[in-house]
Amino acid sequence: MDLNTLWFILITVLFIGFFVLEGFDYGVGILLPFLGKKDEERRIIINTIGPIWDSNEVWMITAGGAMFAAFPQVYATLFSGAYLALILMLVGLILRGVGFEFRSKSPDPRWRNTWDWLLFVGSLVPALLWGVVVGNLMRGLAIDAKMTYWGGLLPLLNPFALWGGLTFVALFTMHGANFLALRTSGEVEKRAKAVAFGAWIAAVVVTVIFVVWAFFATDILTRPGVNGLIPAILAAIALLLVGYFVRQGRHGWAFVMGVLTIVFATVMVFAGLYPRILISTLDPAYSLTIYNASSSPYTLRVMTIVAAIFVPIVLAYLAWTYKVFSDRVTGKKLVY
Amino acid sequence: MNPIPLARWQFAITTIFHWLFVPLTLGLSIFIALAETRYVRTGDEKYKRMARFWGPILLLNFAMGVVTGIVQEFHFGLNWSEYSRFMGDIFGAPLAIEALLAFYLESTFLGVWFFGWDRLSKKAHLLTAWLVALGSNISAYWILTANSFMQHPTGYTLQGGRALMSDFFALITNPNIPYQFAHVLTGGIALAGFVVMAFSAWHLLQKREVDFFRTNFRWAARYALIGAILVGLIGHFQGQFVLQKQPLKMTAAEAHWETEQPASFLVVAIPNEQARTNTFEIRIPYVLSLLSYNSFTARVEGLNELEKAAIAQWGPGNYIPPVAINFYAFRIMVLAGLLMILLAVLAVVYQQPEARPGFLKVMLWAPVLPYLAGVAGWIVAEVGRWPWIVYGLLRIEDAISPNVPASSIVFSLVVLTVLYAVLSVLAFRLAVKYGAQETAAGQVAEAY
Repeated sequence: MDLNTLWFILITVLFIGFFVLEGFDYGVGILLPFLGKKDEERRIIINTIGPIWDSNEVWMITAGGAMFAAFPQVYATLFSGAYLALILMLVGLILRGVGFEFRSKSPDPRWRNTWDWLLFVGSLVPALLWGVVVGNLMRGLAIDAKMTYWGGLLPLLNPFALWGGLTFVALFTMHGANFLALRTSGEVEKRAKAVAFGAWIAAVVVTVIFVVWAFFATDILTRPGVNGLIPAILAAIALLLVGYFVRQGRHGWAFVMGVLTIVFATVMVFAGLYPRILISTLDPAYSLTIYNASSSPYTLRVMTIVAAIFVPIVLAYLAWTYKVFSDRVTGKKLVY
Repeated sequence: MNPIPLARWQFAITTIFHWLFVPLTLGLSIFIALAETRYVRTGDEKYKRMARFWGPILLLNFAMGVVTGIVQEFHFGLNWSEYSRFMGDIFGAPLAIEALLAFYLESTFLGVWFFGWDRLSKKAHLLTAWLVALGSNISAYWILTANSFMQHPTGYTLQGGRALMSDFFALITNPNIPYQFAHVLTGGIALAGFVVMAFSAWHLLQKREVDFFRTNFRWAARYALIGAILVGLIGHFQGQFVLQKQPLKMTAAEAHWETEQPASFLVVAIPNEQARTNTFEIRIPYVLSLLSYNSFTARVEGLNELEKAAIAQWGPGNYIPPVAINFYAFRIMVLAGLLMILLAVLAVVYQQPEARPGFLKVMLWAPVLPYLAGVAGWIVAEVGRWPWIVYGLLRIEDAISPNVPASSIVFSLVVLTVLYAVLSVLAFRLAVKYGAQETAAGQVAEAY
């Protein structure tokens, strides 16, 4: 395997980490105003992700950084091309990033209520827009011979990509409900368990439509050679098992199956793209691939050595953190 | 509308907001770790409270640093796609390494530190405090590695219109890094000292928990003094280094138009950039020679002569950076730095700060100085690089995204600036409210 492929896989892994971990964070933020009726209940919800949401977001930053380091042309084309969508996403991420800190610093109910809704928006908008971005990655962009996309925002908001956004929101909401069912207690726990099944049904309906649509509208599932079909089937099985375990009241397993759903769905997208990263709809020859968009072999080698040393260390202490904060959050020891 | 100035304004505004929050996390994280170390060594609860008390301020700044930092990372692709294409081979690596080595460390252990007081043993908890401090400062190291390449490129080759990394070791041992990193680190230490002193001064003026806040004040006074002296000293040597590597930047910061031997230092000047001279000057003879080359009689080249050399090297063009901005920013930084040393000396000398209300009132406002110095310093570093985005390799106008219309930049500029302004005011008020609130004696302000 060449280093370009290795880095494509590593970036896939970073996006998997991002979608799995921020996925339930976003879901928790989306559910926050609905599952928490009183301030203490909302605090319980926020405290479930309090110690971890920030390091979860680092997965996104690292995925972006790794893309910049390994495939700088993709970084340049995608970010300048999806300019306004990313600005909106940044606004959401900014509101979310300060929301947890700001909310807790004043007991004023109006202040807290405002920030609860801003946290909702700050979770919903990035979830939606990442789905839109991924939808467009699958579908392709009008990229010219100089690796530049001139189309602006509107072509990005096509029905397929918007449905991709909806799919992300539905899956993350389901994922967040299962997470809250595991980590909360009392009324919030009951409500999270009650909402988990409905969220699952919504996720199944939306996701099935998206995948069928992708089958006909993109080549992600059908192109010869490596494609996303097998991971798509595995994702579908995992998604069905989520519902089974929710019905059984086994939310731990439901959460694990939710994780696997997101893992396989992400693999589906990247496997379907490989070895392309940004598909050009103007001419396949204009597509950005892991070869024509990559850094030099020297930089890839350096980065491979760095990653080989530090990725295991990071994974080890992240696992330890999750172990430290694995118990249920009650009303007794709230920090936020 | 020309997108270039808009994109430059946007980057400048984001960077300045970023720099209102990040330096405090660099210095305060170490301060907190030192206090907790004392607690673990002595078992004295006062120092535990000291570490905890500053926690929410650190978190607030950290959150603001993160949300402005993400925008900065995105900017390289959003507004400066041609920069990313040209530099990606070199610039992406330190950025990715920063995320991998520092961001995970900092964000993970900040969460564990803040939420983990009852979950970890004393020593394990102390370790998390030091890991946060380490993470913050490693982060600074890597981003300054990236910036140092832009100031003084090392370890690269040019190929097919792109800069390619040829020597990773040369990239990370760029001689610019030690100066820049040490300057930033000690600046953060000084800033944290002044911020802790300001909050402590407030409580001392109210005669609240005098013992606790006197301890804080006296720790912070020494901390600020060490930081302020070092940041000035390192800054001086950094200035000499920059004069060697980016002569036009330093010379613009001195508004030194004509070559002189010996050269005088301008305390005040009104630069006239059209006429390429100063319309008003207050000079001190010999001092610029001394500052530049450690010699009273050294020859110091002026902007006009340096530009001729630049034209000979890089072809026709204007190579003199904006002189007035650099000149005033540089003087604001130096003046603020000198005042910081003065105030920090007094703060260390006064053994019983609570007995000097006048001085404490000054110290309430003193954090303005390190904030001003930090922002002014970055203005010199970045504006002074003009017309280059990567010194000697890539000009600003060749770095911009060709496919982003000015209207999009205006939109994002307005939205993000308003958002940052509102959030910064809120963050400031929340920090002040938290840090200045009345707390029951002997009890940590839990705040939540």
